[in-house]
Amino acid sequence: MQRIYLDHAATTPTHPEVVKAMLPFFSDTFGNPSSIYSYGQEAKGAVEEARTRVAELIGARSEEIVFTSGGTEADNFALKGIAYANEHKGNHIITTSIEHHAVLEACKSLEKTGFQITCLPVDEYGLVDPDDVRKAITNKTILVSVMHASNEVGTIEPVEEIGRIAREAGIYFHSDSVQTVGHIPVNVDKLKVDLLSISAHKLYGPKGVGALYVRKGTKLVPLMHGGEQEKRRRAGTENVPAIVGLGKAVELAGQDIGKEAERLTYLRDKLIEGLGERIDQTRLNGHPTKRLPNNVNVSIDFVEGESMLLNLDLEGVCASTGSACTSSSLEPSHVLLALGLPPEQAHGSLRFTLGRNNTQADVERVLEVLPGIVAKLRAMSPLLKGQK
Amino acid sequence: MPDAWSLYSNKVMDHFKNPRNVGEIENPDGVGHVGNPVCGDIMELYIKVKDGIIVDAKFKTFGCGAAIATSSMVTEIVKGKSLKEALKISNKTVAEALDGLPAIKMHCSVLAEEALKSAIEDYLSKTNKKGDSNKSERPS
Repeated sequence: MQRIYLDHAATTPTHPEVVKAMLPFFSDTFGNPSSIYSYGQEAKGAVEEARTRVAELIGARSEEIVFTSGGTEADNFALKGIAYANEHKGNHIITTSIEHHAVLEACKSLEKTGFQITCLPVDEYGLVDPDDVRKAITNKTILVSVMHASNEVGTIEPVEEIGRIAREAGIYFHSDSVQTVGHIPVNVDKLKVDLLSISAHKLYGPKGVGALYVRKGTKLVPLMHGGEQEKRRRAGTENVPAIVGLGKAVELAGQDIGKEAERLTYLRDKLIEGLGERIDQTRLNGHPTKRLPNNVNVSIDFVEGESMLLNLDLEGVCASTGSACTSSSLEPSHVLLALGLPPEQAHGSLRFTLGRNNTQADVERVLEVLPGIVAKLRAMSPLLKGQK
Repeated sequence: MPDAWSLYSNKVMDHFKNPRNVGEIENPDGVGHVGNPVCGDIMELYIKVKDGIIVDAKFKTFGCGAAIATSSMVTEIVKGKSLKEALKISNKTVAEALDGLPAIKMHCSVLAEEALKSAIEDYLSKTNKKGDSNKSERPS
């Protein structure tokens, strides 16, 4: 059976050209970038080339890029690094209720050490109101962290406006841009961010590597102490093959970013439209237009997400859900609840995230199999009683 | 197909793909309704009782794969059992009959046990109200 992968927000397949670029750095040019002989210096050169590529894609300077082990570390580094470096100025951090766990849990951990966190609400589309950010700022606020786009519902936040507000108030601004870098244009000056998180495996790079953009002059307390790598911002021998992979992935993404976004937006809207036509009592979660080109998130009434996923998997379709049944906690997705969805609709959510290898035929396949799956599950749903 | 890295056992997947006893019983003798939308699992279990024996059982479930499979399995197990025997069916009985469940899904088997118990209790409370004609069916 042909497998149709529609979970690119979870991870993407590493591009073959990325793998090819990485390979020499395992056993041939394997040197430690800190070593002075040519093996080492060649590796260092490759790392610096990757740094330049990442910087170029987001309109930054190469010295403003710190390589990390991924998006989670980048988020933790931004939040904890800024918090501990600015404790003397204040202890207040503003974020939103729909952030990734890497941001929310880092905030919770900071709360335990005396920081105060304001978690801003979002509207029914998942949008943060920049005015709420303005109102939440106190003379103790040291950092604002708002994601560029939601990994779950795909809503693109008004980051530029929030960045302006933070800058006017002289407060650092971080944006988790794991879902946008390489997918839609990201420019650190336009977005007015001081810190920005990137993950390689969300843009056809390898897992286990990412980067944090740190605007020149921004002081951070490192998470890792040890050697002097990354200008003392992140100790530990560089993961050279992975960093090279990130550099190649970023280069490839930059080549056709507009074209690919356009193609995916077309497929996205086909899928949204088709689901609405073929299955009654569904709703689109997230914003209809201020939305990632590849994200489709729908709630389907009277049925539960995991049972839909299992049935889709039996048809070879890989997708995702905000239902609790896929996690050890029984609570459904915090993002869908923040949008105001009742729990049963949050449990009945499905997320399809398209990618490079998907075609219109894949979209049609989903539209072909999903109505039958929903009908089967609805036939056994106790929620459907008295409804038509 | 499911190998060591599948979420569910073959048996769970079998009951998930082809659930037994789906639906409602017209004029049931007992109905059990457990779970809630917050936790994401709702089970309704219907039973028909004749001479102290559960002669038919059906279910309707909103929930994950494990919730559907445990509902299906518990209705299979309970058919033909006396009320006394049925009350002895535990969540472990259901989980074991399915060749086990992932740890985070054990609550689904608890729900199946509770749905059955609640259906039997419903039956008993109805028959008690009717008088003592069915007294002999009550488990001691």
